[in-house]
Amino acid sequence: MDILRRGVLTFGLIAALGFGPQLVLAEPASIIVASTTSTEQSGLFKHILPLFKDKTGIEVKVVALGTGQALDVARRGDADVVLVHDRPAEEKFLAEGFAKARHDVMYNDFVLIGPKDDPAGVKGLDVLEAFRKLAAAEAPFVSRGDRSGTHNAELRLWKNADVDLAAVRGEWYRDVGQGMGPALNTASASNAYLLADRGTWLSSKNRGDLTILVEGDKRLFNQYGVMLVNPEKHPTVKVKEGQAFVDWLISKDGQDAIAAYKIGGEQLFFPNAAN
Amino acid sequence: MLDTFNETIFRLATLDRDVVSIAALSLRVSLAAVGVGLLLGVPLGALVAVARFPGRGAVVALLNAFMGLPPVVVGLFVYLLLSRSGPLGAAGLLFTPSAMIVAQTALATPLIAALTRQIVADAEANLGPQLRSLGLSAVRRSAVVIYDVRFSLVTVALAAFGRLVSEIGAVLVVGGNIDGYTRTMTTAISLETQKGDLSLALALGLVLIALVVAINAAALGLRGYAARAYGSA
Repeated sequence: MDILRRGVLTFGLIAALGFGPQLVLAEPASIIVASTTSTEQSGLFKHILPLFKDKTGIEVKVVALGTGQALDVARRGDADVVLVHDRPAEEKFLAEGFAKARHDVMYNDFVLIGPKDDPAGVKGLDVLEAFRKLAAAEAPFVSRGDRSGTHNAELRLWKNADVDLAAVRGEWYRDVGQGMGPALNTASASNAYLLADRGTWLSSKNRGDLTILVEGDKRLFNQYGVMLVNPEKHPTVKVKEGQAFVDWLISKDGQDAIAAYKIGGEQLFFPNAAN
Repeated sequence: MLDTFNETIFRLATLDRDVVSIAALSLRVSLAAVGVGLLLGVPLGALVAVARFPGRGAVVALLNAFMGLPPVVVGLFVYLLLSRSGPLGAAGLLFTPSAMIVAQTALATPLIAALTRQIVADAEANLGPQLRSLGLSAVRRSAVVIYDVRFSLVTVALAAFGRLVSEIGAVLVVGGNIDGYTRTMTTAISLETQKGDLSLALALGLVLIALVVAINAAALGLRGYAARAYGSA
């Protein structure tokens, strides 16, 4: 049975190597931030988090999900801070008592993307007019379909444009149920229209024949808010470290860091915390 | 297409430290899960093969079916278990490498048990009558047969490792794909694909495949050496 015993020891050792480092090493202070695919995939966090860590020693672990999912993760107590962009959903989160305060952090905007030759002829139109035309033409349109902030913004635009999506949707309306990146990839592969946040659009390396057709409309404004999860709901929330991150984001340092993030000379997010 | 490949070669040549630590995490998580899975699955599979008990047929069918457990469903199940609001929430394991090991162990164990059961059942067809005539208990008989087929279990371990290191559903849900902490090869490849950086995604994919090939070659080489040194397999 010698070999068996040796085998058991070997596997025990491997298992210990797997689990061990976490049990033994004291980890530096860290928090979990549930945030959106747009902030992660645009590269913003990679830019600002090292600055925060240098200043405070606190490590921020970002779980990037759609806004709806990010708020759900926080509702279960699995995140300390949420940084998302869907005002009505955030208000609901506050009203349920899962956070005590919400702070504006920054904004960017949504842009209507579509093929350069623009078969539906929406370039430069008012955004609601553009949405009406897309539905009338049944132009291929990719929707996030994942309850994210961008998806909810898109649904609000259809509604405000008086387009009854349930009645008119057909094969032209492609609900991919994924993050901003995959939705962009799908649109670029099928030359379809879609609503995207400008940050992810700018950082995407797979734009194909797509271009921005409608932008600058005030209804395309995209506000990000940050909230510390209420420790009365979830006692495991790291209040001190979480609050430090919230405070830093809306401080001059944090706001400057956000403003400094650029891709190809273009600023992606515009800080607008009320100070 | 050709451009993507050319760029991939360039990206391969310039892969940085991040990739090394991501690959190391993938290996660490999947090897640990295979290790724990072997400790649980091999005795379980062998016992099911050797012992006779009511409902054994159903257990065998279940084990075989669970070889194909969808990783994302296992991930979701483990997520709900480990969530702060779940029964094991107090441990605070969600979104850590340990959570990924737990989820992958849940994937590996039935696979290892089912394959072990098959191998042990085949070996027992020869050895069984003799062992039973010695009046050994089911546990002792299992141990003897496991020892007899020990070299074949290397292949079982490799099959489990291959499934784990290439799956994304479970590690993504319970690990959260946190940069520098729970980002594995597969979640990194998926993220780069989502960001539209296809050449980097492909470069990472080639690294993953090379790793899997290297580990398989090493394990089979070791098996061959051990078989020659300690008796035939």
